[in-house]
Amino acid sequence: MTDTEKTAGEAAAAPDATAASEATATPKAAAAPGPEAEGLDARLVVDRGDFRLDVALTAAPGDVVALLGPNGAGKTTALRALAGLTPLTSGHLFLDGAEWDGTPPESRPVGVVFQDYLLFPHLTALDNVAFGPRCQGATKAEARARAAVWLERMGLADHAGARPRRLSGGQAQRVALARALATRPRLLLLDEPLAALDARTRLEVRAGLRRHLAAFEAVAVLVTHDPLDAMVLADRLVVIEEGRVVQEGTPGDVARHPRTDYIAHLVGLNLYQGHAEGHTVRLDAGPAITTTEDLSGPAFVAFPPGAVTLYRERPTGSSARNLWRGEVAGLETHGDQIRVDLTGELRLAADLTTLAAAELGLHPGAPVWATVKAAQTHAYPA
Amino acid sequence: MTSSTGKSGPAAGTPKGGPRRGRVRAGGRTGPGGGVRAGARGRRAPVPVPLLVPALIGLAFLVLPLIALLVRTPWSSLPEQLASTEVWQALRLSLVCATAATAVSLVIGVPLAWLLARVDFPGRGLVRALVTLPLVLPPVVGGVALLMALGRNGVVGRWLDSWFGITLPFTTTGVVVAEAFVAMPFLVISVEGTLRAADPRYEEAATTLGASRFTAFRRVTLPLIAPGIAAGAVLAWARALGEFGATITFAGNFPGRTQTMPLAVYLALQSDPAAAIALSLVLLAVSVAVLAGLRDRWMTAT
Repeated sequence: MTDTEKTAGEAAAAPDATAASEATATPKAAAAPGPEAEGLDARLVVDRGDFRLDVALTAAPGDVVALLGPNGAGKTTALRALAGLTPLTSGHLFLDGAEWDGTPPESRPVGVVFQDYLLFPHLTALDNVAFGPRCQGATKAEARARAAVWLERMGLADHAGARPRRLSGGQAQRVALARALATRPRLLLLDEPLAALDARTRLEVRAGLRRHLAAFEAVAVLVTHDPLDAMVLADRLVVIEEGRVVQEGTPGDVARHPRTDYIAHLVGLNLYQGHAEGHTVRLDAGPAITTTEDLSGPAFVAFPPGAVTLYRERPTGSSARNLWRGEVAGLETHGDQIRVDLTGELRLAADLTTLAAAELGLHPGAPVWATVKAAQTHAYPA
Repeated sequence: MTSSTGKSGPAAGTPKGGPRRGRVRAGGRTGPGGGVRAGARGRRAPVPVPLLVPALIGLAFLVLPLIALLVRTPWSSLPEQLASTEVWQALRLSLVCATAATAVSLVIGVPLAWLLARVDFPGRGLVRALVTLPLVLPPVVGGVALLMALGRNGVVGRWLDSWFGITLPFTTTGVVVAEAFVAMPFLVISVEGTLRAADPRYEEAATTLGASRFTAFRRVTLPLIAPGIAAGAVLAWARALGEFGATITFAGNFPGRTQTMPLAVYLALQSDPAAAIALSLVLLAVSVAVLAGLRDRWMTAT
């Protein structure tokens, strides 16, 4: 993936997020990063049994990068490798121009917010935050003073003396963030920072975390399987599946142009891969889809489930160019709508109002016709 | 059958009866004042007889000898028996040696437990087996082995004697060595179990905050496993207090120097059974006191 690509060291310091869909965005890794190369430049290769993680990551100071992917994709392994908790099989890890691979975790300028925070239960919130400065050589009083400033900044001054078990989930998350930031890391790592929270606190904490990440001047990398967290918190997404980067780009870019079923499913799109000839994309397996874009060569086609119209009888007057016959495979409520899974010529998901679903008398096994207007589809080169 | 279950509850004065009785009462909430019967009926599954009968026999088997000891205690002459200097000497020596042996076990046993639980080295299974061996080894054999190692002509003892002038066998220090040898495995096993149950990611979190592995152990792991260490220390202490075989083999039986309580009891039984009973009673009281004193801490810790 990252091969020989000659890039002027200093010019490449700020990787452009939008260029990510091109394969040339990552290979700056091989160019020897001089001491002036700010930010993160890593290629993480970890072999573990029959699983292999091979991910290249670059980020400029101030960037927030989200590693997004399904469970078992290797996101957490990547994070642990960055922190030094899992050794690299090969690859490299430069932070602000210095090589950190092979350095034990305690000597890296890295802060980690763990998934379940791992606040030390026998220490107060203040002493948890003071732990890092203390290990860095500050006196007890200095460390506590610094910790108090961080707690104040997190709005937790009143809870300085509380033990972790007496903190709410949102408070514990902020203490964990303060603890990680109190060591003044050059790389902040967050492992599923919101996963341990219930839906309501999540909203609040997400907004707070976004503020703190925006104010953080060094590189932040967060791992999540929640697309919403990733899109709200990060400037750039790196989607990982089975240990490899399958797509990266800005949140909007990734959401509009998914390149794998996993992302399409996350952002709620029907996604197909095929071969485009003009306004038609002939799918690798299945029928052709008519689109408005004029393309040629390998292409993706995507359309939202809401663009699908279902009929019990073959529609006669419909102007839709895309008409397929299918069978209802399953129904489930999706917000205030009903999501219908269809099998047949084309597997697809369709969203209907509850009323429409009732009028059509849909049930698993019911034969239906599905149409999608060409204007509602979106084709882009694969 | 159900009524006999109920009866056994209150009858069992051992600590085990506590939680069980509580559960029965909670189950019988529908009939207040219905007492044991209502409670027993409220419980879904009755205890099967083939399990209940042996269980009660087992309980009786454990409790009966202690009751017999109390029954046969010469209560009237007890104060006089206990006032003798030999008893006090033996008791003091026992407490001091058991405490010293526990301290030694803590200093070298906790790091050993950490090594076994956290460091993946070749032959770890073998090392664990070796550590556990004194648990199952007859203490007398342990005493003989200690003599071979640390005795005046022992493999190591020879050098200790000629280089440093240190003699271990048949001294008070020898008692501590013998007791530590027998008691330390209890501590190591207990602490290792606690360490395995403790989340190692706390140590990882500490290292990402800049703590060396030793600092992480000292400031994070040690406080987290403190209850397990306390439990292991009490086990080791109790084992050291009752240690007989290794002590008498390695350290002998000199009143005031190496004669601990168990040795004194055994000796007294030959000549003066009443004194043996009195001494036993003292040991029983100490054991019960320790158990009672530390029970609450154990319960809340786990």
